[in-house]
Amino acid sequence: MTSYVRPERRLLPSPSPESAKLWTGGLDGQLLIHRCRACGRFFHPPGPVCWRCHSLEVGPEPASGRATVATFTINRQPWVPGFAPPYVVAMVELADEPDVRLVTNIVGIAPEDVRIGLEVEVFFEEWEGPDGKLALPLFRPAGGKR
Amino acid sequence: MSGGPFAGKAVLTGAGKSQVGRRLGRTGLELTVEAVLRAIADAGLRPEDVDGIASYPGPGVPDAGFSGANVHDVRNALGLRSRWYLSSTETAGQIGPAIEACMAVTLGLADHVVVFRSVWESTAQANRGRASVLFAGGQLPPHLEYTGPFGALSAANWLAMPAQRYMHDFGLTREHLGAIAINARRNAGLNPDAIYRDPMTMDDYLAARMISEPLCLYDCDVPCDGATAVVVSRRDAAKGLPRHPLTVESVGTGMFERATWDQRADLTTMAAHDTGATLWERTALRPADVDLAQLYDGFSFLTVMWLEALGFCEHGKVGEFLDGGDRIALEGPLPLNTSGGQLSGGRLHGMGFLHEACVQLWGDGGDRQVAGDPEVAVVGVGGGPVGGAMLLSTR
Repeated sequence: MTSYVRPERRLLPSPSPESAKLWTGGLDGQLLIHRCRACGRFFHPPGPVCWRCHSLEVGPEPASGRATVATFTINRQPWVPGFAPPYVVAMVELADEPDVRLVTNIVGIAPEDVRIGLEVEVFFEEWEGPDGKLALPLFRPAGGKR
Repeated sequence: MSGGPFAGKAVLTGAGKSQVGRRLGRTGLELTVEAVLRAIADAGLRPEDVDGIASYPGPGVPDAGFSGANVHDVRNALGLRSRWYLSSTETAGQIGPAIEACMAVTLGLADHVVVFRSVWESTAQANRGRASVLFAGGQLPPHLEYTGPFGALSAANWLAMPAQRYMHDFGLTREHLGAIAINARRNAGLNPDAIYRDPMTMDDYLAARMISEPLCLYDCDVPCDGATAVVVSRRDAAKGLPRHPLTVESVGTGMFERATWDQRADLTTMAAHDTGATLWERTALRPADVDLAQLYDGFSFLTVMWLEALGFCEHGKVGEFLDGGDRIALEGPLPLNTSGGQLSGGRLHGMGFLHEACVQLWGDGGDRQVAGDPEVAVVGVGGGPVGGAMLLSTR
């Protein structure tokens, strides 16, 4: 386990009506992902309609927060002042709905030790965004200690 | 000349390229007009003969230098009388407007359409660096909402991830990606307009600094200033023109899934695969008929995608296909990115590949000319949720 130090800075989203819960659910410890109430499937990114069955009965619902690393990259290039490389960007597939992927950071592990298939769990990092408080869903190896 | 979606009516009659370089300090419009006028003259036409104009992306993309000039900029500068005009980003890649031009001439909406793509990124980014384009003063644009907070701001990040997965699943190696970069550099050395012309070895490639693993510096294309243009004509309007008309045998325009970088069902395929499927269902020609390929290399891994998407090898087998680099060499069975691509030739952003396909089919490649009078060329451009393809022939 490698301890994680949050970056000085991240570029923060300006949540839309549809994405607001994704970015604020973590303030209450919940990973809120859009789900269709007709077919029961989660989907991402959030939107007003289920892309699979076209039901309009959709909205954010809690996901377990467990996921698997589908793929990842160790970013080595500085893009944002105050967010220093190296850091791991990953696509994680939710245990609740494997074909829903979130782009996130994998932390709490040496970048070189991240593998495709690694089981991870969500935690939230709070920031003051342009439109209020946010909690970004980040992931770390499942079962790890804080 | 075959049937195909345009019944053989849509042909290419001219191609032009502006000065291409790093930080040229010339305006985007100046370079664009240079390419457009050269293409029109190459077709044996005068500006007043050209009654259509089309371009990618048109206005609306704020990234610095992403567009050197838009359709109306060029129309106004040249005083063009247009019977049909268009710009678009939501189309089949950066060559989408060329495909739409084929439709326009086939339907009789225009006789001769000049299609251009102009970039000005090298000068626009000169004083601020690449990151400035993505960072834009701290405001995260909507299209980066789900990736930017995690420092995934560049297409290098978005494409490194499928590359990593493809390597994991199918045994593609860095040396395979290197074969694409080295091939591009070798061809660029034969192209006087290319940006990077010094020889590159596999050791050079492997020693380059990482940008976003597994992609290193030489897996990423080089921003430049420059413009490319072609003239799309209707065959019956092209009689008597100096160039042998190149038939647009087919076009690939498919996109079967949502336009995202991360939600496609199979992470090891892209829109390119849908594009390829639609290209081949519209023609009797087959991949084995292709004499040369111009396949998008904004990142080397995208060329991997196009090689299998267009049917040159089975899904997952691109590593074997690239092994050693002989198959894609200028003297090999499938000469690839003969001008140096975007990796070494410069990021002309898609249209450079269409331009080079024309040059090769007309036999004007000079030191980099593919031997044996090539007759069929395929062009595939774009990456991730962006893809468009054209199949051209001298027949």
